[in-house]
Amino acid sequence: MANSIERARGQAGYWLYLIPGAIGFVLIIFLPFIMNTGLSFSRWKGIGLPKFVGLNNYIKLINDAAFWASLEHTVAFVVAMAVIPTILGVFLAAILFDYISARFGEGLSSFFRAGFYLPQILPISAAGILWGWILNPFGVLNSILEGVGLHDLAQNWLGDPRLAIGAVMVVMVWLQLGYCLVVFMAGLARVDPSLNEAAELDGATWLQRFWTITVPLLKPEIFVVGLTTTIAALKVFAPIYVLTSGGPDNSTLVPSYFSYYHFFATNRVGYGAAITTAQMLMTIVLGIIFLRVQAHQTENGA
Amino acid sequence: MDEASAPLRGVATLKTRTANPGTMHGAGRWWVLAAVTIGLLLFLAPFVLAFFNAIKTPDDYAAHGPLAIPQSFDLSALTAFWTNVDFTRKLINSTIISAATAVFAVLLSLLNAYAIGIGRIKGGSKILILLLIGIMIPQESLVYPIYYLSKSVGLFDSLWAVIIVFSVLQSAFGTYLLASVMTTFPREIIEAAEMDGATNWQILWTIVVPVLRPTLSVLATFFFIWTWNEFLLPLVLLASNNNQTVSVSMGVLNGQYVSTPTTTAAAALLGIAPTLIFFLIFQRTLTRGVVVGAIK
Repeated sequence: MANSIERARGQAGYWLYLIPGAIGFVLIIFLPFIMNTGLSFSRWKGIGLPKFVGLNNYIKLINDAAFWASLEHTVAFVVAMAVIPTILGVFLAAILFDYISARFGEGLSSFFRAGFYLPQILPISAAGILWGWILNPFGVLNSILEGVGLHDLAQNWLGDPRLAIGAVMVVMVWLQLGYCLVVFMAGLARVDPSLNEAAELDGATWLQRFWTITVPLLKPEIFVVGLTTTIAALKVFAPIYVLTSGGPDNSTLVPSYFSYYHFFATNRVGYGAAITTAQMLMTIVLGIIFLRVQAHQTENGA
Repeated sequence: MDEASAPLRGVATLKTRTANPGTMHGAGRWWVLAAVTIGLLLFLAPFVLAFFNAIKTPDDYAAHGPLAIPQSFDLSALTAFWTNVDFTRKLINSTIISAATAVFAVLLSLLNAYAIGIGRIKGGSKILILLLIGIMIPQESLVYPIYYLSKSVGLFDSLWAVIIVFSVLQSAFGTYLLASVMTTFPREIIEAAEMDGATNWQILWTIVVPVLRPTLSVLATFFFIWTWNEFLLPLVLLASNNNQTVSVSMGVLNGQYVSTPTTTAAAALLGIAPTLIFFLIFQRTLTRGVVVGAIK
């Protein structure tokens, strides 16, 4: 009896530790989230009182070609930030692990890993300045092309609507590769070395071992990386802000920039809120799929 | 273990006709090393180019192009950019914001996680799910209300606005991570301390925190760098030039400061340099800890 009272008192004591976190959560996440969702059903210029307009913003959104364009570009960013870096990352991690680490020592493979990871720690805006400098019409890339006599290949990489999205995608692959590589290399540390040795003795080539040992073993990491990078791709903002501002002709417009533009340039706050709500719903659906599949996986693994 | 050996069986039955796999690797490994080295050099070329061109004179750039090794040594592009954008101020702002956020976010995470992981309060797992949803809400969905609220409480264009917002946002992730670490904390130690009459507060600071110190410092390092690199919210919340961070100042660079290729290279180099220095200092922590941070 005394014990259970003691217990209850202890539990109540622990609740106190949640107070600062709870206040913060309510003020910085919960309240703004509710306000934003509410605003998405309103017309508001940022001053005075918002006017309730029902589903008007969403109806406009569905009929807005720019919105659909921004979703299309999001798919391109999923390819550039999730698909390509994951594939390249698994391959590179296996090469560093099987060849460099095994035959030249772990120090050298850590050096390579750190080198490829480097772009990950930069402020994206600074990386944007760097790439803007390389890709502008009088920039480094065109100087190189002209230097080797390929004048015809020199382009206005970020200023041509047909090329801009591809150019930004290349920058995103460059930014994301290191993250994938580091996670996959950590995963490879779990591999039982005798597995590879036995396979090698049996005469399996590197590619055979890659497909039959490395890739299946890295499945949990591939899954986590694939989904976290996909979620990141849905919210890409800074590279677009710095490199192209969504242009030219909306050819690199993404939902985050689209909403920012309406919030702070046109002051159509309700419309901006509707864009972010649609964007958030997509992210949450993805997140739920992620948690479900992960729970399913660990259940099966246990 | 069973699962792990399954693919092996698949490989073992392949039994391809091979003479001696060892010899091929003997020569092949140098080709692989060469290929990976060239790959890394190309990958890091933008940094090297920015460095070379930031220390050239504009004439040298015009005469020999961006790829040439500098024939001249000139820091005027760097110093001009530094003074024009008041880079010292930006560095101080970024340092204050990132350091304060790292400390507050770790503290908040620690307190939350202590209640959930060690206190095992009822509904702890529900709180974690709520936090996970909080992590997944894009900042875009919060940015306008936060902007509006900061204006109405008089914190707009103040470093405090950014510190408060990021302390809470980062702590959602930190709580999630620390709570899962704390649930594995040995119960016997806690119970023994309770027997000795230690209060919750004493147990937290004299037992839990010392044991978790390495995890807490990794978390603080990550919070520092994540906050340093944040762009959207500081861009919106810090309107005046005087309050901007390094990251924001890079994004809003005015054409006049980067009108020549050498000053643009200088701008890029200065924007990159601080995080490059952290990277060299915390390289091990960061590349190992990223696995911990994989969920973010």
